[in-house]
Amino acid sequence: MTRKHVHIAFAVIALALLIFVPLGQKNYILYVLTSWLMFSIAAMGLNLTLGYAGQISLAQASFMGIGAYVTALITLAGYHWVFGWLAAMGLTFVIGLLLGYPALRVQHHFLAFVTLAFNTIVFLVLRNEDWLTGGNHGLVGMPRPDFFGISTGRNLQFYYFVLVLFVISAGVFFWIVNSPWGRAFKALRENPVRAESLGVDTRRITLLAFAIGSAFGGGAGAIMSPLVQFIEPGSFALIHSLKILLMVVVGGAGFFYGPMLGAAVVILLPEVLRFTDGYYLMIYAALVIVLMVYSPSGLIGIGQKLMQQIRPRQEVRKDMAKGAQL
Amino acid sequence: MSEFIQLLLSGLSSGSIYALAAVGFTLLWQASQTINFAQGEFVMIPAFFVLALSVKLGFPVWLAMPLAIILSVLILGALFKRLIVEPMHKHGTIPLVIATIALGILLKEMVKEFYSPLGQPFPSLFPQDVFSIGGAAISIPDIANFTIAMGTIVALQLFLSRTRTGRSMQATAQNPDVAEILGVDIKRMVMYTFLINGALAAIASILITPVYLAKFSNGEVLGLVAFIAAIVGGFNQIRGALVGGLLLGVVDNFSAAYFSSEYRQALPMILLIVIILVRPQGLLGTSEGRTV
Repeated sequence: MTRKHVHIAFAVIALALLIFVPLGQKNYILYVLTSWLMFSIAAMGLNLTLGYAGQISLAQASFMGIGAYVTALITLAGYHWVFGWLAAMGLTFVIGLLLGYPALRVQHHFLAFVTLAFNTIVFLVLRNEDWLTGGNHGLVGMPRPDFFGISTGRNLQFYYFVLVLFVISAGVFFWIVNSPWGRAFKALRENPVRAESLGVDTRRITLLAFAIGSAFGGGAGAIMSPLVQFIEPGSFALIHSLKILLMVVVGGAGFFYGPMLGAAVVILLPEVLRFTDGYYLMIYAALVIVLMVYSPSGLIGIGQKLMQQIRPRQEVRKDMAKGAQL
Repeated sequence: MSEFIQLLLSGLSSGSIYALAAVGFTLLWQASQTINFAQGEFVMIPAFFVLALSVKLGFPVWLAMPLAIILSVLILGALFKRLIVEPMHKHGTIPLVIATIALGILLKEMVKEFYSPLGQPFPSLFPQDVFSIGGAAISIPDIANFTIAMGTIVALQLFLSRTRTGRSMQATAQNPDVAEILGVDIKRMVMYTFLINGALAAIASILITPVYLAKFSNGEVLGLVAFIAAIVGGFNQIRGALVGGLLLGVVDNFSAAYFSSEYRQALPMILLIVIILVRPQGLLGTSEGRTV
């Protein structure tokens, strides 16, 4: 069996689990699983920005917010959810381009600061523009969509609907990462100077990565509207952007399964650590710091290190590996 | 007109405190390429050192304040460098940024759980008197805050440019390799920078907390303002951080009075985005000329 076969087998088993595990589960578990899939999509997008293009975005929650509100307004006006979804992804893609363009002209992780500012501005707009967004009360009663006469109104059906979107998003992500574009992203992350000298237009590629990543956020937001059926500005505050960032980092930035693993950890950990009460966030933050010290490539990085111990692979020359540091 | 002067003065007063946090932020960046996303929490925490020492342990306030400054030099300076920055430096910038974000959350949650989730009254160093000049009401704390904050920055600038240690620190920031060849103990110099940042954060904390209440979430706004001040002024200059801080304080005050109190928080962000668009090196900054 080659590595490729292992990967395909893993993906098939994972998909089978995702299809069969929710059968017969209670509503609450279905809700948790659905929101895990939703956050995985948002985190996947950020993984493209952070893990592949090496830029920090602190606005993923605001892109989700824009997606959620756009979808809510469109579906509440009586149009089908698909239009909301497309509008959400389109709009967040364009905003990503507009926001990324100035920030990526300069380095020092300015994108982090610009997106930080952007997240705050979006939050203020959502809160203050009552006529459009309902202000602090938010928007309620977004309908769940029908497809060819099949309703997604029940939780199990809605789960499968989100699973389909998740598989599509993961497929698109996989395609991007393995396309010539995706290779350019990787080249950029591993060694920007070399990438540039080989003719990769690093600025354009980074900008595209950020915009596509933002559109994934918008797409996840479009799911949030009909999932929760109640959206308010507080769900898209800066802390939620940090949460999505931590999902990517904890799972393993730059790995295909990293964000999904990270999203699972961030969403499930509060359930597991419920007995610790208010200490949950503290424990979590401390774990992230420790993880960054020992394995900046996240949980998957730890897994890889362990695998190396068991089955050593060819080593990269240490002086060549240095390029990975930004 | 008198209202204008009033707003200008109180804006300069809070702006000079922002400048303290922003200067510390730029110093860390220069000396060790550390972007400290927990800087706001670094300004929030020392106020709680003072409260813990004075309210819980019964120290008099005049003793609690210097002790709090020493504590933050040790914890937010030395311990932060040893435990978090040093082991992570070899991994590059991004893991360190993530770690400081996590550290910010950790500090905030610790204060919330172990001290109090509610705003705490904080002793002011100065009488709350107001006197008037030409119809403008000027408060004593404003003048005092401005004087102390500016005095601290001037002293720091003198230390950096006039003393041997200060110049070695500058050399380390500008070119660590050459500095080391010339016999500068660069590790020690970087450590000094972290200690100074701890002290600046503590002074800013003691000055600004009486204006609000001492609350675990104070750092969110302060941190953002410190970043924006540093970038607006120029990331690689102390002068820049100073100008950025003052500008932000004044802009914030004027926007609350003349523009819109709802979007008051947004104006510094808009300023940030505009500056990055038209003058990415900051108002006083010099371009570093490297994009990768």
